[in-house]
Amino acid sequence: MQLIKEVKFLIGKELLLEWRSKYALNGVVLYVVSTVFVCFLSFVSLRGVTWNALFWIIMLFASINTVSKSFLQESKGRQLYIYTIASPLALIISKTIYNVFLMLLVTLIALAFYILVFDYVPEDMGLYLLATILGSLSFSTIFTMISAIASKAGNGGMLMAILSFPVIIPVIIMLIKLTKNAVDGLDRSVSLDEIATLLIINVLVAAFSVLLFPYLWRD
Amino acid sequence: MYKSWWKILGSVLVMYSTIAGFLASVPPLPILHQSIRNLYFHVPMWFAMIILFTISVVHSIKYLSSSSQSDDNKAVQSVNAGIIFGMLGLVTGAIWARFTWGQAWSFDVKQNFAAIAMLLYFAYLILRNAIDEEQKRAKISAIYNIFAFPMMVVLLFVLPRLSDSLHPGNGGNPGFNAYDLDSHMRMVFYPACLGWILIGCWIYSILFRVSSLEKNK
Repeated sequence: MQLIKEVKFLIGKELLLEWRSKYALNGVVLYVVSTVFVCFLSFVSLRGVTWNALFWIIMLFASINTVSKSFLQESKGRQLYIYTIASPLALIISKTIYNVFLMLLVTLIALAFYILVFDYVPEDMGLYLLATILGSLSFSTIFTMISAIASKAGNGGMLMAILSFPVIIPVIIMLIKLTKNAVDGLDRSVSLDEIATLLIINVLVAAFSVLLFPYLWRD
Repeated sequence: MYKSWWKILGSVLVMYSTIAGFLASVPPLPILHQSIRNLYFHVPMWFAMIILFTISVVHSIKYLSSSSQSDDNKAVQSVNAGIIFGMLGLVTGAIWARFTWGQAWSFDVKQNFAAIAMLLYFAYLILRNAIDEEQKRAKISAIYNIFAFPMMVVLLFVLPRLSDSLHPGNGGNPGFNAYDLDSHMRMVFYPACLGWILIGCWIYSILFRVSSLEKNK
């Protein structure tokens, strides 16, 4: 029960900090919107497979930028303060949940703008939405843990990209397959394999994060 | 570990499988022809790599509970040895693919995922280079190693099963044991696997002992 209380409190703290500065959300939304616009100006018209692949590439870089801040941005002093008042378990769970919310919001805004700009709607919009939700879930669970590792290594952005790309590639491949089914409007039963694999990867990553983070956090 | 019987066994088995692999009879098959002999070299590389990476993750887990530098050293040296075998596996696979599938890199799922699994371990080595402080480096890289291992398992064993591959046993291709691995080939293949795994462990133990000597100098 103590854990749930701490998690709630830490999520509240993240939301409060975000509300005060409104930097992370606005920044990343502007980032995504301008990237989509750059892509629109260079491609002008996109359909099907390329449309889908480009969306996930944009989301990949946007989510690295969003989620990597969760640990990299915090100063040494603040980390020490949190260490004294909360358990590491509560910290990783709260950061992950907060990042899931943030990524969901950003992904949905990005998708809406992307569809609006390119004027193209996938055949099976429901499945596409499910895939984006799954995608933001996997991005945030994986990147939260990797950003914790990168911040402890004390060598920000570069290391974050190197460490996370090999881990995220299987997820991206699964997502592109799943969303391609949605773009083509295939029967939903075809996509069950991909959905199951994504969920399994998520559970795996979440379990390993929870197990390993306490070791990482203790200096 | 310091006994020599398993090293002798490993070298005898590798020599035997190399000589018998080139000279023994193989079943005549279309497309594959004589290139089927590559089975004795390509597949054992992956077995050796997986064994070495497993040794590494076990030592990483040990490090987290013991914090002894030798466990960390063992973990990194077995990754170094495993990467050698992974690269050899990719190269032998590419040569084989060149002659049977037409292209060295045929956009086969297993090929792609094996290359990504290599990237994971290169990232591990780069992470180690990025941190100067020894205790910190050992701890953080152990954590990344444990985090990367299940991902490697997913990459090599789960994802390839979801899509068609040109490899035998996937996408409607018959598996090797259906007809190619007749009793003649088995006589060479199993010793080859065991031999290369032992040689891999030997390389790892030499790497480990050399680097621990360098550290204690």
